[in-house]
Amino acid sequence: MHIKTTMAGLLAATMLAGVGSAQAETLRLLTWGSYAPDVLVQKFEEEYPDIDVEVTFSNNEEMIAKLRATGGAGFDLAQPSHDRIYAAQLEYDIYKPLDLSKINTDVLEAKLLAGVKENTTIDGEVYAVPHQWGTSGLMAEKTMAPDFSSWADLCDPQYAGKTSMRLKRTILLGTAFSMGENPFEAYSDLEKYQDILDKVADKLIECKANIKAYWKGGDDLSAMMLSGEIVASETWDSTAYKLFDQNENIVFIPPKEGALAWIDTFALPRKAKADDAAYKWINFVLRPENVTLMSGSTGAIAAVQGGKDLLPEDKKAAVNAAFTDADIDNLKFFANIPPGVEDMEGKTLEKIKAATGG
Amino acid sequence: MQKDIKRLSLILLFAPFTLWILLLVVLPHIGMVILSLREKVAPRVYEFGFGNYLEFLHEPIYWNTLIRTGSMSLLVTALALIIGFPIAYYIAKIAGPRARGGLFLLCLIPLWVSDLIRSFGWILLLRETGVISSFLVWTGLIGTPVEFLYNDAAVIVGLVYTVILFMIVPLVSTLDGMDNSMIEAGYNLGGNGFTVLRRIIIPYAMPGIVAGCIVTFMLTAGSYLTPILLGGKNSSWFTEQIYNQFITRFNWEGGAAFGMLLLLFTSLVIWLGLKLSGQTLANTVAKS
Repeated sequence: MHIKTTMAGLLAATMLAGVGSAQAETLRLLTWGSYAPDVLVQKFEEEYPDIDVEVTFSNNEEMIAKLRATGGAGFDLAQPSHDRIYAAQLEYDIYKPLDLSKINTDVLEAKLLAGVKENTTIDGEVYAVPHQWGTSGLMAEKTMAPDFSSWADLCDPQYAGKTSMRLKRTILLGTAFSMGENPFEAYSDLEKYQDILDKVADKLIECKANIKAYWKGGDDLSAMMLSGEIVASETWDSTAYKLFDQNENIVFIPPKEGALAWIDTFALPRKAKADDAAYKWINFVLRPENVTLMSGSTGAIAAVQGGKDLLPEDKKAAVNAAFTDADIDNLKFFANIPPGVEDMEGKTLEKIKAATGG
Repeated sequence: MQKDIKRLSLILLFAPFTLWILLLVVLPHIGMVILSLREKVAPRVYEFGFGNYLEFLHEPIYWNTLIRTGSMSLLVTALALIIGFPIAYYIAKIAGPRARGGLFLLCLIPLWVSDLIRSFGWILLLRETGVISSFLVWTGLIGTPVEFLYNDAAVIVGLVYTVILFMIVPLVSTLDGMDNSMIEAGYNLGGNGFTVLRRIIIPYAMPGIVAGCIVTFMLTAGSYLTPILLGGKNSSWFTEQIYNQFITRFNWEGGAAFGMLLLLFTSLVIWLGLKLSGQTLANTVAKS
């Protein structure tokens, strides 16, 4: 921090002195907490001394809200999930197309790259490439809840008052799958999707009495799980892996209906000012030696070829403890969210929150 | 010349205030009103209309939450007044001049840390494996740990703790201006403690009471962190609805309408309160 201010001061001084020097470029990242670890930022700045990296941590919804507020200005590289590109671009025009020739796409996992491209192509232009992927599923304390295997188990009276979930769209989708529906297929027929949502809402309202509290972030979830106040919860895999480090009885469980997989991407905001620096950052973090550092910080798997092998050792152990190859084949990748669905889901979530079930 | 300088300095003195009001209060509110009157008909297509406000009326969840927020805020205000009044009276009338500073400081200390830290403090105390529950189990008063967190009572405790200072300060300053001989006269004329309180102290302190109530009510109804962090699975707060509209549902138009409705609702409650207590803004908030 001090070094930065001194640098800024020096820079201002040189400019005042009228010495024409190359102006430092700033790369403004809008990304998830832990997606820009200090080691990597420092390493990047050493390699490209004329680029200064500024990081803003956020989440999917806030990233879109921030970019929408400025029409896509204020940041040079954003990292929303792959299902948050298409509709957001159609509605608010906040991204600009990528120049794929500037990205080292050869190192990316072909299947993930193809999937993201397919989901984020508008009028023949590609708006995003994959970066990290992971899943949402369940975690349980093995000794207390040995048979935990399905989204529906969160509502099993056997665990009354001992489970938790986050009241967001993931649990709506998971519950829909556990009721034998396929919500992603219903995206094309919104009336049918509303029917599914109504059924899911009834189920989750009934389930409220079973839930201890809705968690809001990784920290309160970790506290409830580690203290033993709850024995099982809906979770992000990365949170479960972190807890596995502290208590080996807490494991991530891919639900038998299939864990829900997300891919965080790279996308350029429409009014980004440092595209070259952004491409440099993308190619930089995709290098194998940097992938391991990045995954160590994010707890997620990089979307590069052999991404699982590039995980740090402790994370690799946690992933292998959680996933079999069959589980990986059974992954359900989040489908593109068409316009209007967010509103329907938001309303359903409000209905569940307001219901006085228990 | 002299006159011009005077006028210029007056303008310069008022400029920051005027700019602040205009740029950070008036303009954003105009923007919100305009935004709230836009109805979304298709992606990137909007029409002028009152649809966002009608949506609020048609959906019981929304106005129930608003009424819930309003009534819980009134409860918090009443509790803050009942707890804060004796404290303020003690500071203003009974404590010695040196103790007063110390007592004021004690009331201020909770505000030295941020809202978030304060809420986490309550979480540590109230949770099932937290300090209070563990202590009660240790003393043998209860057999198994009890969950004190994640319910409306926790929210109310947290909110009262946060806003009570804003009740105490105006009360102290009004009670401070009260002549002790008035209380003595009350007793000399044969009044007991209760009559003196009811007929002399409370009427005198009324402007302070009303000012304190207005500030605490506004702060409570507009708070976000405490209800979210301490509240349970059924505790909805209206500010959470506004956040959801803006952020989760990408519905800025609806969120703006909700924001205006919250402003109108709290203003209405305060107007009613002023009418019922026979006070005006000029001799309460503006005075203290």
